[in-house]
Amino acid sequence: MKLTDSDQDLVAEVEELSGENLYACFQCGKCSASCPFTDEMDELPNQLIRRVQIGDRRILQSKTPWVCASCLSCEVECPKGNDIPAIMEAVREITLRSNVDETDLRDLDTRGLPEIALVSNFRKKTG
Amino acid sequence: MEELLYYPGCSLKDTAIGFEESAIYASRQLGIELKEMERWNCCGTVYSLTADNLMKQLGPVRNLVHAQEEGYEKVYTLCSMCDNTLKRSNRLVKNDPEKLEKINSFMDREEDYLGEVTVKHYLELLRDELGWDAVREPVREPLKGLNVAPYYGCMLTRPKEIGLDDPHNPTVLEDFISSLGAEPVDYPYHSECCGSYNTVEKKDIVLKQAGKITSSAAAAGADLIITSCPLCHYNLDTRQSEYIRRENSSKPVPVLYITQLMAVAYGNSDVCKFDKHAIDPREALALENKALKER
Amino acid sequence: MSPSNEDQETVRIHIMGKEYEVPKGLTMMDAIEHSGYRLIRGVGCRGGFCGACATLYRLEGDYKLYADLACQKTVEDGMYLMQLPFTPAGRKTYDIEEIGRDGNPLLENYPEVARCVSCNTCTKACPQDLEVMDFINEAIRGNIENVASMSFDCIQCGICAARCPAEIPHHHVAQMARRVYGKHNLPKSDHVAARVREIEGGEFDESLQEITSLSREVLEERYESREIE
Repeated sequence: MKLTDSDQDLVAEVEELSGENLYACFQCGKCSASCPFTDEMDELPNQLIRRVQIGDRRILQSKTPWVCASCLSCEVECPKGNDIPAIMEAVREITLRSNVDETDLRDLDTRGLPEIALVSNFRKKTG
Repeated sequence: MEELLYYPGCSLKDTAIGFEESAIYASRQLGIELKEMERWNCCGTVYSLTADNLMKQLGPVRNLVHAQEEGYEKVYTLCSMCDNTLKRSNRLVKNDPEKLEKINSFMDREEDYLGEVTVKHYLELLRDELGWDAVREPVREPLKGLNVAPYYGCMLTRPKEIGLDDPHNPTVLEDFISSLGAEPVDYPYHSECCGSYNTVEKKDIVLKQAGKITSSAAAAGADLIITSCPLCHYNLDTRQSEYIRRENSSKPVPVLYITQLMAVAYGNSDVCKFDKHAIDPREALALENKALKER
Repeated sequence: MSPSNEDQETVRIHIMGKEYEVPKGLTMMDAIEHSGYRLIRGVGCRGGFCGACATLYRLEGDYKLYADLACQKTVEDGMYLMQLPFTPAGRKTYDIEEIGRDGNPLLENYPEVARCVSCNTCTKACPQDLEVMDFINEAIRGNIENVASMSFDCIQCGICAARCPAEIPHHHVAQMARRVYGKHNLPKSDHVAARVREIEGGEFDESLQEITSLSREVLEERYESREIE
């Protein structure tokens, strides 16, 4: 399979934003095994990495990076030392930097929520 | 009384006020005065994982500048998220002079950060600087027979480079619990994420996760759970109580901040502000019975 | 041109991109009017209190974007300026009786304060030299009293909001804090209540009637000869 320019753009973009080597991943699946939130994801973490490796831009529509809470369970398990949460963040950032926020502050019910929850949610889900 | 510079973080001034007040009280029993930084701002709570966006490093680095301006080499944290964010940003700029230079030149009104401040979590103070014997010393109400489940969450032990204990087999909270005379409870989810900020928009994930973690602790015999993270506390306490109402399930497990457990053991539970908790821990701590007996 | 004008030192400024030569020492506002503009918006009290004349400017050879009040700041040679009479920024509607007794009303009504990255751009832009970033941080942690006192001299010019990368309407957040604080925390002042009772009791009706029946000339004379305490 040959990657087109647009496919390769995605790989380069994610590598630049995350600072990680995507091709270090050999699909062992330890990240997905350790992730507490795979039930809520439409792509497992290792599947997400695979899709980025092949430059599949449809991954930008995946729910997975928005479920990931950067808990770093996968990060401590990865045998190749990849910072998978940083890869998730890079995928989120590609959307956020196109001026599309995941969180819409206008219809958010913030009553009773602690500041620590709002700050972290906005840092991850608004650009 | 030894004075240590202390960075509270936003939540400890508001929703987690019982964490701060119990920490100030407990520290005084150990001969330590926590001196709040004169000037500080939000750390950002989550460390930015993109390599190129230095804007998101400004919050944490600015706090390190303030610590430096106030003439301290060390600053102590209580909140796990603040601790993690400050430590990771500090590590970033210490290892990357070019990024530090960019940040310093953007923050043109402040003195340059020289990269010489060290961030320490309160648990590191107890374990590495004071030692568990010193923590045991002021105990007036030994918590004998009280089963306490340690909840590490994510930010105390991960990533490895800045974690204060082994990410797979941490022991610092167990040692802490034992030093106060209580029994540490072993259960499988002590380091599994509570769902974090998903509590804002994906509440169901957090409800399920809080239910799983707390019922597992309860099944292992825990009377209560301790944590040092205000977001974990909100999720395990408030969201647990919602989970229990929704599922009509078992008995709630109260969640305490680490320093609240110290304050109780040291004989002052008034500083804990337990009325702010969704699940009142006083029954589990048998404080009500004690109060009755004293009367 | 009169001879005295020829001796006068001048500076070159650019108003919305067009170059003008104006006498040195003028305020930006006077310089704009001196150049032939008639100000309808972007002007108010002319005394640095109303916040209507927010103005952005750059200086030749300097990358920084500055902001100040046109009625206060003196023009400098090579100044590029543009008035910013209004900054679009959403203001929340709330019931002051209901709000502020518990919780953090600032964060609930303006959750965007939690987007602050502590870049300090707001503080650098503030013509009143307020510590804007610091009071936004006080808002995050729910300290209404500190927001109210630290923002006391805010004149609502909105420059902070125009410059903020996190899109926070600082001036509206601070105004809400001062209102909530004034309503629920400050003691009620007895003399205001007493005066309201006097007014409602009709104590001033007679003198008000008298003054409204006077001619313009008599009113002007009374005004000029009034005693000022």
